[in-house]
Amino acid sequence: MTTDDPFKRGNRDFGFETRMIHAGTQPEPVTGARQTPIFQNTSYVFHDADHAASLFNLQTFGFIYSRLTNPTVAALEERLANLEGGRGGTCCASGHAAQILAFFALMEPGDRFIASTRLYGGSITQLGKTFKKFDWQADFVDVDDPAAVRRALTPKTKAIFVESLANPGGVVSDLEALAAVAREAEIPLIVDNTMATPYLCRPFDWGADIVVHSTTKFLSGNGTSVGGAVIDSGRFDWAAGGKFPGLGAPEPAYHGLNFQETFGDMAFTMQAHAVGLRDLGATMAPMNAFLTLLGTETLSLRMERHCANAKQVAEFLEGHPQVAWVSCAALASSPYHALAQKYLPLGAGSVFTLGLKGGYAAGVKMVEACELLSHLANIGDVRSLILHPASTTHRQLNEAQLAAAGAGPEVVRLSIGLETVDDIIADLDQALAAAASAT
Amino acid sequence: MTSSLTYSNAELLAILRDTRSVAMVGASPKWNRPSSFAMKYLQEKGYRVIPINPGHAGKEILGETVYASLADIPDSFDMVDIFRNSEAAGPIVDEAIAVAKEKGIKVIWMQLGVINQAAAERAEAAGLTVVMDRCPKIEFGRLHSELSWGGFNSGIISAKRRRVRL
Repeated sequence: MTTDDPFKRGNRDFGFETRMIHAGTQPEPVTGARQTPIFQNTSYVFHDADHAASLFNLQTFGFIYSRLTNPTVAALEERLANLEGGRGGTCCASGHAAQILAFFALMEPGDRFIASTRLYGGSITQLGKTFKKFDWQADFVDVDDPAAVRRALTPKTKAIFVESLANPGGVVSDLEALAAVAREAEIPLIVDNTMATPYLCRPFDWGADIVVHSTTKFLSGNGTSVGGAVIDSGRFDWAAGGKFPGLGAPEPAYHGLNFQETFGDMAFTMQAHAVGLRDLGATMAPMNAFLTLLGTETLSLRMERHCANAKQVAEFLEGHPQVAWVSCAALASSPYHALAQKYLPLGAGSVFTLGLKGGYAAGVKMVEACELLSHLANIGDVRSLILHPASTTHRQLNEAQLAAAGAGPEVVRLSIGLETVDDIIADLDQALAAAASAT
Repeated sequence: MTSSLTYSNAELLAILRDTRSVAMVGASPKWNRPSSFAMKYLQEKGYRVIPINPGHAGKEILGETVYASLADIPDSFDMVDIFRNSEAAGPIVDEAIAVAKEKGIKVIWMQLGVINQAAAERAEAAGLTVVMDRCPKIEFGRLHSELSWGGFNSGIISAKRRRVRL
């Protein structure tokens, strides 16, 4: 092949914006439908008994039952895998389902993993409490100190889990340093990239092995669909160290098939569908996949505006007399500003926290006084959102955990949307005035 | 595990379109071995796959007689697909070069993880097309959107409507 036309050659490196619109969604070949059809369908007809056997044995590609795979969900899986620069993706019912699915492939009863103390509160509860029922033990470590992470490693440790940009905000993980620790220990680094999205940060570029998402947030952006995704880089050799029998040893539930040997760099994603979704059952609905695909079509545009609005709002709040502090990595005052410039050069997201001088009561009053910002427990919507974590999302945590998670009693979390930024600032200004009069 | 060897989509599509028969060196009689997965898939896609395995010569795998060597295959065939390690691929490539004209061999394909640069150069000097560190099953699936059904990143961006044979 000597043609210079990259389209003919087929190996052009398409830009992010092109891929967020086209990856995974070629025209539907039978009808020519340009937008991805919603395959609202449970089961798929076999050609014959031999075809069915090939599908159940994983010898051929194709659909059996929508608990495992569905064409609309698969389109979103490929799109997200493409945007992250990964090998494959597995979509599932929620971000929490993504976390179970990711660990389910790696962990055996009695295994341990290291998780950041600064994770989203819901993750701390899931990983620290619910995972114990599977006999998976979380060791929470301050991941700002890679040496502490190294000290916490045990022979039973099977993964390191962090957020690229932590919820409720302002904390950026040093992915390159943590990936080096994981590599030395021959275990994968798993990164929750929900807050950054692949537009702002691509953890695989820094050595991460697996990325998880709550697609409910910025990827969808429209507040319609709860969903999750696990993206595999395809770079980790699950058979090499003998630590991951679910991926690198004969699988009894598939007649002794060895996923690593049979599927190579596709092993993780094959396993996540064929064993993980098959037996955990936390499947994404086709309609949700469709709505999330629509969201991803505008991801770069939305993230640019989210970041610009959030930075302006954070600067306003930092200068406000009732605000004790603002924790936003976009601000020069942030201890994570340098890490943000390294890992999030296009912007530090739009979710961040502020501390009110008036404490818990002022937090509650401010949230209740907002007229434009919605008081609810979500982030990453086109609408601006406000929440008082200590009284809502993080209320399962104790005081030490609240402090470590940056969600103390005086803390208010914002997720800045795409409204006119002056309107967002005006609403926060009047809410702060109302909070001041209450305390 | 991503290979540094790059092949254009058009080049791989042309190989898979023009090939009709494949001699699979290292084909296993065990159904759950990777070679068996690839053989069964390629058969479903209409390729004739002829298994080569000296330890099982004369027996059958997936309905095809097993031969001990490329030279033993009585029919002509288009491609040699090597399911052996990189070192073992060298002599197999030399055997293929020796019988290329007689058997009509046009392509040497080495499986995922199989890379033998010296052997590839000898084959190309003999006029053969060489693909290394790829699986024809995965590439066929990738280029015909089937890999995408499993949530994999095919790397293909296209607004063209793919032709479906009905």
